[in-house]
Amino acid sequence: MAYKLIGKDFTPHDVVAKVTGKAKYAEDFRAEGMVFCKLLSSPMPHARIRNIDAADALKTPGVLGILTADDVPQFPPPQTPILAKDEVFYVGEPILALAAEDETIAADALEKIKIDFEQLPHVLDPLDSLYPGGPNARSNGNVAAAQINLQTVKWDAGDFGDDKVLPMGKPAEQWKYGDLDAGFKAAKLIIEESFVTAGYSHHSMEPRSAMAYWQSGKCFLYGSNQSHTGAVPNIARYIGIEPKDLVFVAEYCGGGFGSKIPGYPIMAVPALMSKKLGRPVMMRITRIEEYAIGSARPTFQGYAKLGFREDGRMTAADLYIVHENGPYIGGGDFRSAGNALSFLYQPLAMRWRAIPVLTNTPPRGPQRGPGENQLVPAIEPMIDKAARELSIDRVVIRKINAPDNDGKIGSDQGPVTSAFIKEALDKGAQLFNWEEKKKLSGQRTGNKVIGIGIGQGYHNAGTNGFDGLLRITPDGKLHVHSGVGNLGTYSHSATSRVAAEFLNYGWDNVVIERGDSRLGLPWNSVQAGSLTASTQSRTNYVAALDTKQKLLEIAAQMLGGVPEDYELGEERVVLKSDPAKSITYAQAAQKAIEIAGKYSGQTVPDDINPITKDAVQIIAGTGLIGVAKDTLPRNGGVPGLTVTFAQIELDLETGKFKITDMATVADCGTVIHPRGLAHQLRGGNVMGIGLARLERHVYDPKLGLPAAALLYQAKPPSYLDVPAEISWGAVDKPDPQNPVGVKGVGEPPQGSGAAAITTAVSDALGGHLFNRTPVSTDMIVNHLAGRPQSHKPLQINSV
Amino acid sequence: MIVKDMMPGFELYQPTQLDDALALLDRYGKDGWKMAGGNDSLSWFKERVKRPKAVIDISGIAALKGVRETADGVEIGALTTLTEIERNPVIRAKYRVLADAAQRVASPQIRNTGSIGGNLAQDARCWYYRYGLPCYRAGGNTCFADTPEGVNREHALFDADRCVAVSPSDTAPALVALDAKMVIKSSKGERVASAEEFFIGPKTDITRMTALKPEEILTAVRIPNSWAGARFYFEKVADRDAWDFALVNVAAAIVVNNGVVERSRIACGGVSAVPRRLTVVEEVIQGKPAEEATAKLAGQSAIRGARPLNYNQFKIPLMANLVTRAVRDAA
Repeated sequence: MAYKLIGKDFTPHDVVAKVTGKAKYAEDFRAEGMVFCKLLSSPMPHARIRNIDAADALKTPGVLGILTADDVPQFPPPQTPILAKDEVFYVGEPILALAAEDETIAADALEKIKIDFEQLPHVLDPLDSLYPGGPNARSNGNVAAAQINLQTVKWDAGDFGDDKVLPMGKPAEQWKYGDLDAGFKAAKLIIEESFVTAGYSHHSMEPRSAMAYWQSGKCFLYGSNQSHTGAVPNIARYIGIEPKDLVFVAEYCGGGFGSKIPGYPIMAVPALMSKKLGRPVMMRITRIEEYAIGSARPTFQGYAKLGFREDGRMTAADLYIVHENGPYIGGGDFRSAGNALSFLYQPLAMRWRAIPVLTNTPPRGPQRGPGENQLVPAIEPMIDKAARELSIDRVVIRKINAPDNDGKIGSDQGPVTSAFIKEALDKGAQLFNWEEKKKLSGQRTGNKVIGIGIGQGYHNAGTNGFDGLLRITPDGKLHVHSGVGNLGTYSHSATSRVAAEFLNYGWDNVVIERGDSRLGLPWNSVQAGSLTASTQSRTNYVAALDTKQKLLEIAAQMLGGVPEDYELGEERVVLKSDPAKSITYAQAAQKAIEIAGKYSGQTVPDDINPITKDAVQIIAGTGLIGVAKDTLPRNGGVPGLTVTFAQIELDLETGKFKITDMATVADCGTVIHPRGLAHQLRGGNVMGIGLARLERHVYDPKLGLPAAALLYQAKPPSYLDVPAEISWGAVDKPDPQNPVGVKGVGEPPQGSGAAAITTAVSDALGGHLFNRTPVSTDMIVNHLAGRPQSHKPLQINSV
Repeated sequence: MIVKDMMPGFELYQPTQLDDALALLDRYGKDGWKMAGGNDSLSWFKERVKRPKAVIDISGIAALKGVRETADGVEIGALTTLTEIERNPVIRAKYRVLADAAQRVASPQIRNTGSIGGNLAQDARCWYYRYGLPCYRAGGNTCFADTPEGVNREHALFDADRCVAVSPSDTAPALVALDAKMVIKSSKGERVASAEEFFIGPKTDITRMTALKPEEILTAVRIPNSWAGARFYFEKVADRDAWDFALVNVAAAIVVNNGVVERSRIACGGVSAVPRRLTVVEEVIQGKPAEEATAKLAGQSAIRGARPLNYNQFKIPLMANLVTRAVRDAA
């Protein structure tokens, strides 16, 4: 289908504000009488709070009050609390907040607070906690996750063998399909490896600062968040109010990467402090606080056994994930890792087992491609090992196992809407010049050796059931009301163009209403999980259909006949039989206000979400309003898929390598915004380079203190650690179950990028498997020098 | 209690004359803190670990800026930025090893604000020490890095004495290789220290990385002509290629005559509390042909006596390889 807007580059409206500094982030807001609050955090990895003595602090001039766990809503464990009550579970865990006229006073006063702690045993390694008699991260348990109750699990000592193979005691969850034993029996080759993928901080550039005040019974909260309306119910729950009483302002987000999806507990602190003091309160979160409370990717200690037929087909896969989950509910990475393996390689039989174990480290949560992106950089080098041993081309072995549109996923082997990863492999191989490049593999010039890598990425990237809301005002403008948020990907803009496309609008006449509850924002999905492209194109499409129908009906009312006599011209409704007879959209909007009822939002469909109903109420009577729930059919998961190729030049004397070429191709259905897609693919690859070679949590085991809390210690990739150019492409085949054929793709390029690096390093070193991310300089140097690694094979939170 | 990332208040002085700065240092003694580019100082203040009463910001003293050619070499004002050093034509032409080292410090933004004096006088980056733990270097009576489980990947291979922190500077080994002299002033006068005297290990004073006393200011670095135009080599290996401290770095100045090593000065950073001058290597290669075999020997001799900790044994082959490269590839 030929589109006017979809598939074309454009400049998103908010770019100018960002590059000129006019964009206001959470800590840029000020309010009359505003004061500051600062957090007091735990210095210990695990302790009981026996007493808090704030008397001296409260006597300090300029100090206005404190907020403790007793002042905030409580949630049952293992949910993350707003402030720690009775027990702290990691260094940096917020215990209380103190408000003062300025931050200097607040910080000085915090030092006067005396807390009586009873130190408790801490644990940084799930395997230590699972061992009989091992320490628990919490006094009430050591295993928990969403849908897994907080409980204490100890394995048998006999489950623990040497320190090279992952011990595999009773899992907390498991599934299986097919005949695993028969699958391994049918295999010509079996690859069996234990592996570790490091957990690490999100370290969003904008820390989770927030400012709040109360007015007319409503709480006004200025925060940094990826999502907007999708987060409102949850943030309201943290504050202890109804969603309708929260005015949430979050126009820009300086990075979230999954750490700011449905809001987060600490947001409630300035809101509740403001309520207590009766003054606006700003809470600026510092870098080291962001490290502690800003979420982190869960660590995996894993085991994979993969069986292959002679032709490379994967006959069976057995995966076990011990998932380090921090001290609270954490993430679901262990589950998505299993699904990713089942989908990317379509093993004929598979078993997945996992256990999420609590540690005294920062709370975990989703980070870009949670689970999938730890898995592929560990598994893809094993796929290469199989290719090498079976003498099969590395692209070919991936194509043999890759899903197509009939691909199945997970335990129930459910369907997907489309999968064109084979095409992506072909297109990527062409873009990268695979046939020539693979000949360079292992080629040595002086101290340098070339490695060629290839990685695949996957994420389930679409859902449905949300609402679309559009408004045409009497000035003729189309207002796309977007509640999805602004993570920074511009997908909120790209998907707004779907509405413009189907209403035959010029882009210059489109206004995107977003970032502030007062603008009337509909119930949309969270901006996460690569969901926006798919879900928002659906909601904007159904709202456009509703708007179109109303335009046709109004034209019929104004010019006679029936709606079917009319069609949409360029921002006009035109009589098909006599194009000279038409009304402008502006006229239709004016008329909608006059007729009222459903045309300008006085009545709304029953099936839309209460949040959308409230939003429509705000804008009712100001124009022609199109509003609808996305009830379009969807049967199956929506796989976003990427393939990345990389060439590295590894220095055999220093262990350092340069990435000399990198190319990524996406299967994201129809490309709706090429430049936005390029940014996502390149940005994802860059983040994957961080995962593959640099970023990790480091803790002193005895003290439980973090060694990589500051940005320079955490080591996200710098501009010199990534290639100057990353070429990209897309399969560009429409997904049949989306109105414009688009699927999301924000997350997979990090996984495929990381896997392209781990496979390239392995290739440069003659197929050596480190079975560990990040593959850091010291590991490569030790390997090249024939020295043992300094860490034990399954050791985590270590170098 | 953890209160971090929030600078406490202090008196701020911004003198424009060296004498005024020295008088302020005398007045405040141990309670005073001299600050140049601020890259090291401000992070200490923000972490609330170092809490001076008065900060004497010397960055406005014009007399301490700039590169001057002198009769027997070049004199670099201590406040000269790393960017200026990286770009200075005289340094690039005659003492390239220093320009190369300056270019590898941190990031362009930090090099624009960071001074050579600050880069030389910067404090240790041992994460336990920077965290504010009461270790030997902080005046306490234990080392947290050198324990059975200590996380010490970045720490020392040589000359550990209670403390295992390393010299984090990139320009320091280059200046050792160039046989530079440090000009130090106080209200009582001027003294000049060789680079090797300037950098001190825990044996000399466990709480300081340099011989600078609280009342003294490093005003200039003098590089003699003796190594001008020699063969040079600088290399830094860090996890990241920008904004990272060296795991190991190497700087070398080598004079070769008729294909034979006549004399050399070679130093490594990141392996001991001071930039480690490799006198054994210098002796081993003297009089030997400048070729691969000599370079290999240099690498092997460099690591003699190295004592690895739990996580830093990789520095042994890395240091050997870097010294080999320095001797082999100096140009």
